[in-house]
Amino acid sequence: MRSDAAAPAPRRLRANQDHFVAPLEETPLRAVDAVDTTAAPRSMWGEAWHNLVRNPIFLISAALIILLLIVAAVPGLFTSLDPTKGNLAISNQRPGEGHLLGTTRQGYDVWARIVYGTRTSLSVGFIAMIVSTAIGVVLGALAGYLGGWVDEVLSRITEIFFALPLVLGAIVAFNALQRPGIVTVALILAIFGWTNIARITRGSVIAVKSQDFITASTALGAGRFVNLVRHVLPNAIAPVIVTATVNLGVFIVAEATLSFLGLGTGGVSWGGDISDARDALRTNPMMLFYPSAALALCVLSFIMLGDAVRDALDPKARKR
Amino acid sequence: MSSAATPQNAAAPQHPAGPGGTAQSGSGAAPLLEIRDLDITFSTSNGPVHAVRGASLEVYPGETVAIVGESGSGKSTTAMSIARLLPGNGKVTGGSIRFAGKDITEVPLGEIRALRGSEIGLVPQDPMSNLNPLWRVGAQLSETLAANHVKTEGGNHKRAVQLLEEAGLPDAERRSHQFPHEYSGGMRQRALIAMGLAARPSLLIADEPTSALDVTVQQQILDHLDSLTTELGTSVLLITHDLGLAAERAQHLVVMYKGQVVESGPAIEILQNPRHPYTQRLIAAAPSLASRRLVSAKERANGGTAAAVSAGEPSAAPATHAPATHTPGAHGAGARAAGAHAAGSPAADAPSDAIISVRNLTKQFMIRGTTPWQRTPFTAVDDVSFDLRRGTTMAIVGESGSGKSTVAQMVLKLLEPTSGSVVIDGRDIKDIAGKELMDLRRRVQPIFQNPYGTLDPMYSIYRTIEEPLRLHGIGDAKSREAKVRDLLDKVALPAAMMRRYPNELSGGQRQRIAIARALALDPEIVVCDEAVSALDVLVQDQVLNLLNDLQSELGLSYLFITHDLAVVRQIADETIVMEKGRVVEQGLTDDVFHAPREEYTKRLLAAIPGGSIPLAGSETIDVEAPVVDEEKLLKAEQDGARSPLGAEPEDPFTAAGHV
Repeated sequence: MRSDAAAPAPRRLRANQDHFVAPLEETPLRAVDAVDTTAAPRSMWGEAWHNLVRNPIFLISAALIILLLIVAAVPGLFTSLDPTKGNLAISNQRPGEGHLLGTTRQGYDVWARIVYGTRTSLSVGFIAMIVSTAIGVVLGALAGYLGGWVDEVLSRITEIFFALPLVLGAIVAFNALQRPGIVTVALILAIFGWTNIARITRGSVIAVKSQDFITASTALGAGRFVNLVRHVLPNAIAPVIVTATVNLGVFIVAEATLSFLGLGTGGVSWGGDISDARDALRTNPMMLFYPSAALALCVLSFIMLGDAVRDALDPKARKR
Repeated sequence: MSSAATPQNAAAPQHPAGPGGTAQSGSGAAPLLEIRDLDITFSTSNGPVHAVRGASLEVYPGETVAIVGESGSGKSTTAMSIARLLPGNGKVTGGSIRFAGKDITEVPLGEIRALRGSEIGLVPQDPMSNLNPLWRVGAQLSETLAANHVKTEGGNHKRAVQLLEEAGLPDAERRSHQFPHEYSGGMRQRALIAMGLAARPSLLIADEPTSALDVTVQQQILDHLDSLTTELGTSVLLITHDLGLAAERAQHLVVMYKGQVVESGPAIEILQNPRHPYTQRLIAAAPSLASRRLVSAKERANGGTAAAVSAGEPSAAPATHAPATHTPGAHGAGARAAGAHAAGSPAADAPSDAIISVRNLTKQFMIRGTTPWQRTPFTAVDDVSFDLRRGTTMAIVGESGSGKSTVAQMVLKLLEPTSGSVVIDGRDIKDIAGKELMDLRRRVQPIFQNPYGTLDPMYSIYRTIEEPLRLHGIGDAKSREAKVRDLLDKVALPAAMMRRYPNELSGGQRQRIAIARALALDPEIVVCDEAVSALDVLVQDQVLNLLNDLQSELGLSYLFITHDLAVVRQIADETIVMEKGRVVEQGLTDDVFHAPREEYTKRLLAAIPGGSIPLAGSETIDVEAPVVDEEKLLKAEQDGARSPLGAEPEDPFTAAGHV
């Protein structure tokens, strides 16, 4: 197939001026921009779920969290002993018959205390997470979406709270309260712990609000707040969910820290048990190990879950 | 083979030929680059993807070869595999790559690294992200020289300045001390070209080197690259989606489609005598090559024009009546305009015919001055006036920073003008609100540029198209679903699409969904802001035809904002050319194209790549390029870079959604 073009190329640098054409049967033409209707439709959340259930980290952490939730909901299933009933006659027993993990110096059953401590930790964690997320999302979304002086005011408030350390703030608050309940502890943690949610929501909302589909929706006649609720927030919420999941672990740690310092609910708590076990560190170090392990496992589960959710929602950020 | 072992020498005979040389030497030379039956496979979570299959091509010393193809055709993948720059999950799984007579398919990475820069230079696509923002441009060039062990007289910095000068940057000594953000897009691309050629490679791979730039800047840069590589005897492998540009710049074309080479040969030969159906389709659709006003399906069916197109569509009312019959009769103005239209000669300047009247429209933004407390006014739109006649298309064309999109935003009432008025169907939209604003929203709809940003990723296609109906409280669930089906049908998408989500769709399909959404409220005016600019040429052609057919079917009026003059010619009845916020030329599209009065318009027209290449069945755009002072242009370009509109997307803090 020698070229028979009348005009030769201005710069003839190659010997063969062949005009190659691939056989049509090997390079079939397809319709322009054809629609693929074979695959099942999948929303962004559907896609994320699809990725999640294939992630072993998610499966492990979800299994652990479900187990923890069951333990917290019905502790009676796992132990028949009362964690608050001490019997000095059986003080400092080794693990064995009747006492799976032994007893403390006060004669409490260690296993029962761990089982009942789950409820305290998870309740405080979940309530604090929900309240802090609600405060953070509302303030962050308003600051990011409205901008201007609203943003200035809300951002400064966020920074003031951010400057107060979570545990320090809680210690001061508890000094004014006598034996706070689980809800009070959770609320105080939430009041000092919503700032990172607010900052992340604000940034995420700012990124989403300038996208074309928001402008398109405005041009369709949607009002400002309709846009915020229907388009901006759903698209901005993914990083918030990830942070909230990790925050849950942080609140559980904070509750344990406060109990360790003797400032918690005063009920059964892993932090309190860790504190008590210090006295028996030489004679019975396992007393310290069991509640610490429970706390670590619980926090680790939530942080792993947060990691898995982040990977599923943002596959680009996944590390190879 | 041995003569090609030192490619610099092999290219040397070309040297005396100089720019535009017609050297007939080298007919016996061995190819500098020879790719044979190349297979490239990407491993993905959905199994292996064969991105390139059996691709072969050759580049001879001193020659410019262009790989042309749409996105996903494997053109960039092929080019990147030469310097082994494929992403981590991509691998050459078959075939061979020979460079300067040596098989480099399997050699250790160290040897490839030695070739990079010194023998194989690269000019990347995106000038915005390919320079390190924290380093001065001169330092980045010096680093390139050091990395390639280039011996320089008088130090690397002096050489870097020379290279910048050579790449067409005036005042290079001063500019070499500037940071990338102080450069305009065109200047950055020049710096990248200087880097690519710093170590005098024998092959330069230019991956869409100018597709992010304005057309006049693109032309200057390619002209400069041409003369520079000719002078140095460098071979160029040009990757582009633009057939016209490829034909203008390369001697040899390689057309790729779905990972395969479907046709290759001398550029002119392929353009005038395409043999593969894909190439034929591509040439037929290329707006820069075959531009003329599109004819709607109805007119085609009626044989209303000379265009020989198969008449498969059912016959309908004459197209000139279509606007009248479909304009919603509820509006008195609609009937009035319809009457005017039926009687009217299209050229008559009848204000009663105007659905949009823009008068002395001006928009000023207050931008940051030299100090934080200073605010200086910046006039983005300056005294713009025009009338859009009902049922016709008005194109506003201009380069980045010309204020064309700002005009669109004000017509859509998404932005308030500083002064001047926008009158839509006899009503000034300045202070309307409430119910009247909702009515305006119903009648004027936008279609935006970025197909990936225009649809809410959380919304299914059904919810996306249904949203306007729900917002305006039109119909019940059942009638809305019927409407959505009807709209999908109008934009030629199957109803099965309703349950899908935007992330499953291609750019063209998303844009068609955006059109369906815009049409949901039966608008009278559609403002298309660069609506087809991000699409591949065949898809762009499809969407333009769709828009055109919908116009004659529904009597729509289009305000079409674009930077692409070739597209303007296909779709617009009248054209406004804008430059720096001002209207420089205004008139019927044919007049603007055939008898441009202003120097700026002439420059724009002359810069359309491939516009002057003769082809069977298309007119050429043959405008003599005005003599331009490059120094002056560059300065203007840099001013453009300083304008707040031009600079906005480059601000790293805005882009990252500063937290």
